[in-house]
Amino acid sequence: MQKLLVANRGEIAVRILRAARELGVRTVAVCSEADVDALHVSMADESVVIGPAAAGRSYLDEDAVVGAARDSGADAVHPGYGFLSERASFAQKVGDAGLTFVGPSPEAIRMMGDKVLARETAARAGVPTVPGSDGPVTEVDRAVEVAEDIGGYPIAIKAAGGGGGRGIKVVHSADELREALPRVQGEAQSAFGNPEVYLERFVRGARHIEVQVFGDGDHFVHLGERECSLQRRRQKVVEEAGAPGFPEETRSRMTGSAVALAAEVGYHGAGTVEYLYDPDRNEFYFIEMNTRIQVEHPATELVTQRDLVREQLTVAAGDPLSFGQDDVVSHGHAIEFRLNAENPDLNFLPSPGPLTRLQLPSGPFVRVDSGCVQGGEVPPFYDSLVAKVIVWGNTRETALARARRALGEVEIEGIATTAPFLRRLVEHPGFVAGEYHTTSLEDWMADRDGHPLLGSSS
Amino acid sequence: MSDHLVRSPLPGVFYRRPAPDDPPFVKEGDAVSSDQTIGLVEVMKQFAEVKAGADGILTTFAVEDHDVLGAGDTVATIDAG
Repeated sequence: MQKLLVANRGEIAVRILRAARELGVRTVAVCSEADVDALHVSMADESVVIGPAAAGRSYLDEDAVVGAARDSGADAVHPGYGFLSERASFAQKVGDAGLTFVGPSPEAIRMMGDKVLARETAARAGVPTVPGSDGPVTEVDRAVEVAEDIGGYPIAIKAAGGGGGRGIKVVHSADELREALPRVQGEAQSAFGNPEVYLERFVRGARHIEVQVFGDGDHFVHLGERECSLQRRRQKVVEEAGAPGFPEETRSRMTGSAVALAAEVGYHGAGTVEYLYDPDRNEFYFIEMNTRIQVEHPATELVTQRDLVREQLTVAAGDPLSFGQDDVVSHGHAIEFRLNAENPDLNFLPSPGPLTRLQLPSGPFVRVDSGCVQGGEVPPFYDSLVAKVIVWGNTRETALARARRALGEVEIEGIATTAPFLRRLVEHPGFVAGEYHTTSLEDWMADRDGHPLLGSSS
Repeated sequence: MSDHLVRSPLPGVFYRRPAPDDPPFVKEGDAVSSDQTIGLVEVMKQFAEVKAGADGILTTFAVEDHDVLGAGDTVATIDAG
């Protein structure tokens, strides 16, 4: 690998450019017409404008990106996250152009991108999946039998044509199931044009925990887990490495199953296996595998002292993994906060605009990844991430103290950001205690417990 | 007759269709009602609906599908009769 094209923008493009520079690899940035003055463009050795501001006509234009790679003489392409990173067709085009795609094979991307195929592959690798009816259920009596077989209530009735939280009804008894099933079938028919429904165990107080994996096609390792349950509208807000109060025996089984899945598909590069964790039963279930580097990878980097993006590049260049499982030792605790250009007091309304002032934290054991500069602009066309603030401590308590200190140093003018919201969040008793699950943040925001996260004063 | 100018509530990218393969919300020359959605503005991956804001005939769009808009820019003109 001599010259790498970074097919992304913002903080992740900057992150990848830094890793390439440390390896002595020359770099090419791509940008839209709205990003010609962006930090990632000025950091790269050269840059190519690939289209107008709208992502659909620039960063998501597969042919424009591959064309830029070919014309600039790059021999490899790193997709980052989002945009084209999980499009098998893009990985295929990069390969067909004779270039190295920094990521898994198009087949692995396709397999893990297909819900049904991914679940089947996980099951084959011995990874637990959510107990359910394994196909549509039509008869009420049969549904009641299935519900007993998969461990009783609560049970979720899910429309096969639904998704993203739509078309789900939770029932708490056989009577309720008998009453609801025909109704949900009717609703599914009218809403999705498909009356098929299936049953799944409903996990109360579920946590979202994921495992970082890495493979070189022959060797497969994990780098521990991340707790990602603090979410707003299914968007992660804070991530921790490792998961607070997570039983060691469960951690060992979960990380082991993630490695088994990576091995099952002969995985190449960085990936993340996402799980739903049921704290009451102490069981976990496969959700999906993301076949790219993730936003929250720095939390893992801080506790394992491994450069995941550098490793992506060396593995893509054909080197074996530079470490084995026994070399991965986790030290202390890391927490990542996503600082977004959104107004928490206006229901997180996007707040693009000029960064007339941008002072981000620094100091001991604080890492800041950002694609923004003071005097620059947060354009309205892409995601709202201004910076990731990642702190490390030898204990979670130390990391929390450092987080309070670091978030207090943030000063941004010109746009609204989530900084005041994050400052309140690190003081919230539920967060401080590390006792939360996937619906906690929205409960806390509703201010039912006297610890407001929102409000005009900050 | 009076013309009503529909303005974009936010900066972003303008879409005339609910999804790429769907027909447009409205065509030039169509009758629209005040609370009718005539397009979407995408800002930072969130979508805001653009409402007609007046009853009448939508005579012209000032922007094309996928065009970039500033906050307050004119999206369309409605002949409110």
